[in-house]
Amino acid sequence: MPFWDGQSRGDVLQSIWIMIARRLGLGLVTLFVVSLLIFAAVEMLPGDIAEEILGQSATPETVAAFRRELGLDLPSYQRYLAWLGGILQGDFGTSLANGRPISDLIAGRLSNTLFLALYAAAISVPLAISLGILVSLYRNSLFDRAVNLITLSSISFPEFFVAYILIVLLSQSGYFPSLATLSPGATFAETLYRTFLPALTLTLVVTAHMMRMTRAAIINLLASPYIEMARLKGLSPGRIIVKHALPNAFAPIINVIALNLAYLITGVVVVEVVFVYPGLGQLMVDSVAKRDIPVVQAAALIFACAYVLLNLTADVLSTLSNPRLIHTR
Amino acid sequence: MASSTPVWMILIYCTIAFGCAAACAFAFRTAVIASMPGQVSKLARSMPLSASFGALIILIYVFVALFAPWIAPFGEREVVGAQYLPWGGDYLLGTDDLGRDMFTRLIYGARNTVGIAFATTLLAFLGGAILGLLAAVVGGWIDELLSRIVDILMAIPALIFALLLLTIFGTSIVNMILVIALIDSTRVFRLARSVAMNIVVMDYIEAARLRGEGLGYLVVREILPNAAAPLIAEFGLRFCFVFLSISALSFLGLGIQPPTADWGSMVRNNATLITFGDVTPLLPAGAIALLTVAVNFVVDWMLHRASGLKE
Repeated sequence: MPFWDGQSRGDVLQSIWIMIARRLGLGLVTLFVVSLLIFAAVEMLPGDIAEEILGQSATPETVAAFRRELGLDLPSYQRYLAWLGGILQGDFGTSLANGRPISDLIAGRLSNTLFLALYAAAISVPLAISLGILVSLYRNSLFDRAVNLITLSSISFPEFFVAYILIVLLSQSGYFPSLATLSPGATFAETLYRTFLPALTLTLVVTAHMMRMTRAAIINLLASPYIEMARLKGLSPGRIIVKHALPNAFAPIINVIALNLAYLITGVVVVEVVFVYPGLGQLMVDSVAKRDIPVVQAAALIFACAYVLLNLTADVLSTLSNPRLIHTR
Repeated sequence: MASSTPVWMILIYCTIAFGCAAACAFAFRTAVIASMPGQVSKLARSMPLSASFGALIILIYVFVALFAPWIAPFGEREVVGAQYLPWGGDYLLGTDDLGRDMFTRLIYGARNTVGIAFATTLLAFLGGAILGLLAAVVGGWIDELLSRIVDILMAIPALIFALLLLTIFGTSIVNMILVIALIDSTRVFRLARSVAMNIVVMDYIEAARLRGEGLGYLVVREILPNAAAPLIAEFGLRFCFVFLSISALSFLGLGIQPPTADWGSMVRNNATLITFGDVTPLLPAGAIALLTVAVNFVVDWMLHRASGLKE
């Protein structure tokens, strides 16, 4: 069966795969450049990292010895390759503050952070999409305006404000604990209960944005002729939105979801600090205060990788859900 | 305290607060329509209540920031009493962790936090917008180079990148301003470039080029007036982002440092009070939230107006 420009269906499918492969390749290049940037940022340090750490009182001999220990006497491209090679094998180097291997510091915390982000995503994504559908169904009503006002406000709240309000409302009255402590022996349900407040904070912060974008995507489509046709056929408004508009709105919605999950990753930093949650963000903030550069580099690299990968996933998924995107290049 | 307040009471408080806000906004709008000359009054008449509420709040903040020393009952860094005194008496909102007057520091916070955020936004905006317009007009390798640099800088999440740069250059106010201005200017660059790209292809730009006008004339006299509406709205949005990131960094203890009064670090330093059911630390956090909401309301109206006028 002929498709666009006389291409056969097989050709189109093939070009989708080629495009996805190109996107993946571009993603790899981005990851490489990001790692280069994170490494190079430290090179731009005014003065010398060894002198910076040892302080004014260090003798030239100690500085030289310390430089050798850190490998600073090697040219920078050799250090970059060694650093990258180590990371690919799971070796992030050692912390300057306490001399422990960074991979030990990160291991447990990374999974804690991922757990929190996934927990928040599991609540916020279904909530945002169903609210977005509801609001576009009753658009321009009082309900729509009220939701618009509330979401616009909650987008502009700082995370810690939302977090402390939740603590005052839900933790003071004894419903949920305000410190998200994790203990190894706790059951899954117990962990969910203890981390409920941080997850709820993140949910409130990202749901508003996702919902607004869902609404915008659906309402945008409602003006198109095939929706008009469906309306003239006498379909109910709910059916038009769910069956006719929603499938075509998936591409922008998937994009927004991925962007917000990427946002969750940075939002997690502040929320972890408020709830004293033992995650990667907390570690990073502590290390910034101590100027523990290798740990900050490692954490930044992990956060940046997750961010790049999520954006990549968004691109690929929205391409798959909408073949028309292939021809926009 | 909060532990004994039932949910329905909170709902009633919220309704009352909402009603008051709406009434204030209405009164403000009516006053502006009555007292201001033609142009402004006409503009005010088209304002929805949310936008006039936003404008009122912004005006109040500007007023407080400008006249802080005259409004505040005590000095910014003055230790006036014991730590964590309750509300009332000489100290309207009690005292903070070092015994400084909370109300005074809230007022000075308007000056410091908002002032620094404004300066940072201005810096980010000037850099981003000028480079963005330049990239669109000149095109060629300059455009390519700038766009690739911006792409790379935007591949790292903003807060994480800020934390990395602050570790390297050390935490100080000047460093924070420069780092956040750099990060946010990439976002401004993107917008300015894409807006200008749509204008550059217009016939009147072609005509101006054929007349032999220079680059400066093209950008300032031909492109800028036509790109003003989206750029002004972007300035408001950018201010919100900058303001929130500065507050977040200060809250994390990496931004504006004490003894300078700042809302983010005030929340951080007094956060222990919350565990005792005292809502004082919510006040500076609320002050941040209120201003961003206000700016967003105004920007929302402006964007709506700009898109409405086009149709």
